[in-house]
Amino acid sequence: MMNNFLVMPMVAPLVTGIILIFLRSNVLLQRILAMISIVLTAGAGVYILNRIQLDGILRLDFGGWMPPYGILFVADSFATLLVLTSTVVTGIVLLYSFASTARAEEKMFYYPFIFFLLAGVNGSFLTGDIFNLFVCFEVMLLSSYALITLGGRKVQLVESIKYISINVLSSWFFLLAIAYLYGTVGTLNMAHLSVRVAEVGQGPLLTVISLIFLIVFSLKAGLLLYFWLPGSYSAPPTAVAALFGALLTKVGIYAMFRVFTLIFYHEPGVTHTLIAIMAILTMVGGSIGALAFQDIRQIVSYNVIISVGFILIGLVVSTDSAFQGAVYYLIHDMISKALLFLLAGTMIYLTGKSKIAEMSGLIRNYPLIGWLFFITMLAIAGIPPLSGFIGKVLIGQGAIEAKAYVLLGVGFISSIFVLYSLLRIFLNSFWGETIISEDEERPLKRGMAIPVLLLGILTVVLGFGPELLAPYVSDAANTLANPDVYIEAVMNGKD
Amino acid sequence: METLITLLVGVLVTIAVYLLLSKNMIRVILGTAILSHAIHLLILTMGGLKKGGVPLIQGESGSYTDALPQALILTAIVISFAVTAFLLVLAYRTYKETGSDNLDALRGVNDE
Repeated sequence: MMNNFLVMPMVAPLVTGIILIFLRSNVLLQRILAMISIVLTAGAGVYILNRIQLDGILRLDFGGWMPPYGILFVADSFATLLVLTSTVVTGIVLLYSFASTARAEEKMFYYPFIFFLLAGVNGSFLTGDIFNLFVCFEVMLLSSYALITLGGRKVQLVESIKYISINVLSSWFFLLAIAYLYGTVGTLNMAHLSVRVAEVGQGPLLTVISLIFLIVFSLKAGLLLYFWLPGSYSAPPTAVAALFGALLTKVGIYAMFRVFTLIFYHEPGVTHTLIAIMAILTMVGGSIGALAFQDIRQIVSYNVIISVGFILIGLVVSTDSAFQGAVYYLIHDMISKALLFLLAGTMIYLTGKSKIAEMSGLIRNYPLIGWLFFITMLAIAGIPPLSGFIGKVLIGQGAIEAKAYVLLGVGFISSIFVLYSLLRIFLNSFWGETIISEDEERPLKRGMAIPVLLLGILTVVLGFGPELLAPYVSDAANTLANPDVYIEAVMNGKD
Repeated sequence: METLITLLVGVLVTIAVYLLLSKNMIRVILGTAILSHAIHLLILTMGGLKKGGVPLIQGESGSYTDALPQALILTAIVISFAVTAFLLVLAYRTYKETGSDNLDALRGVNDE
């Protein structure tokens, strides 16, 4: 019965979103309720995470239907860590949007949509049923459709048509894969799927189905099929773009990890090799994109793409330390990408320009933003003792253990491109001659500075104290490396 | 029967792809709608068409038709309905803002 708590990370944002719809005109009340709800959801995440360490993987069977019948939520350390991180990041982005969002948009259901998005994201992490995963994806996507168009500028409308069309297509592929999978093995529960696939053997037919899943999740995560991403992520307002950059691609990565470690792990020669090739091409393409553009938002969006390729090295080599590294890096990436998008948006807000050549000497006007950008740059490039370091080391260690030297090389060279692309922003925009005089300097709102500072502190804390997370991360990696742990907990675990 | 329906799905997907590749926004949206109908039919076929009695416990025979695909389709229909409605409104709004429903003419707004 205590397991009913598992549904909180999805239901709390959902209920909050519904309540906020009715408080449309009262923006202050909306903000207060939003923050209370985030704190509660994050608290639920912490509680579940600690329960898992005591009692093992938790599950909640909706309506009392025992697995494999019925829909269920399964919370392992991997899913719950991501739930907790996305809730915290959403909270901080909400703080930022208090200062940055126009009053008119706040009244047009901005906060409810953010909460529906969070509900979809958390639901995707927690669900143990592959059709339910599709539904949670759609909850998340529909809210993102509304958020990307909110404001209705011409760029947003045109970009969102592309964004929605590509996502409708990928949802179609998702349904296609689910239909074939159901037709082949006759179940939708992920643990049961794993058992059935192991029983009948992953023949060519099932491998093809797994490749359809790969297409779907690559489209969501921006693995090789990322051509829609830079445009869509640079159209919406800063806070929304930060949320997209931090959360949406990570859900696709999570789904890929789940499906290819739990269900389709029998034919790594086909599936994992393909993922490796896609990851390499993603990192190369992302690096080229990050260097090619002058627009800060584009550069930042391409940085998201590079990190997607890098995290998937962890999935390809599939050793215990690589999984640990991937989990660390996922958490780091959520925080640092939100931070990077917020910093880029703040720079654009302060100067009114978006090209790096049009800004100069900002560090004299806004030292806080300048130094935070510097720290973020080092964190994303993976320089110790900041948060990207531990993930990169562990993924690299896993790649050496698995003798995947090409992946290792491309991964670490891509870090240099990341560093260079961000250094280019830093040198052009923060250094150099100050072109904004003190009179015409636009004041940095405190409401914008505080959330950015909070995220900056988080990356430093995560960098100095990975031991805080170590027990959770090693448990998460253990579940990823041994699918039997997950299956045992779902199929035979006590209620 | 399953073969026939599968062929029908193929025809629907062909039409949908043709519509999706056109330049008119409304045609693209109709394409996504037809695409989702095709996949609903496919899910139904994958569960097997009418293999037994009505799936009620009081039913007479021992074999029942699988009811799960219908539950899946119901969910998928609701979602595709919502997405299509959203897309139509978006297309209308874009048409009012830009004065065009031709996807080619909407290129390059970024550079303005």
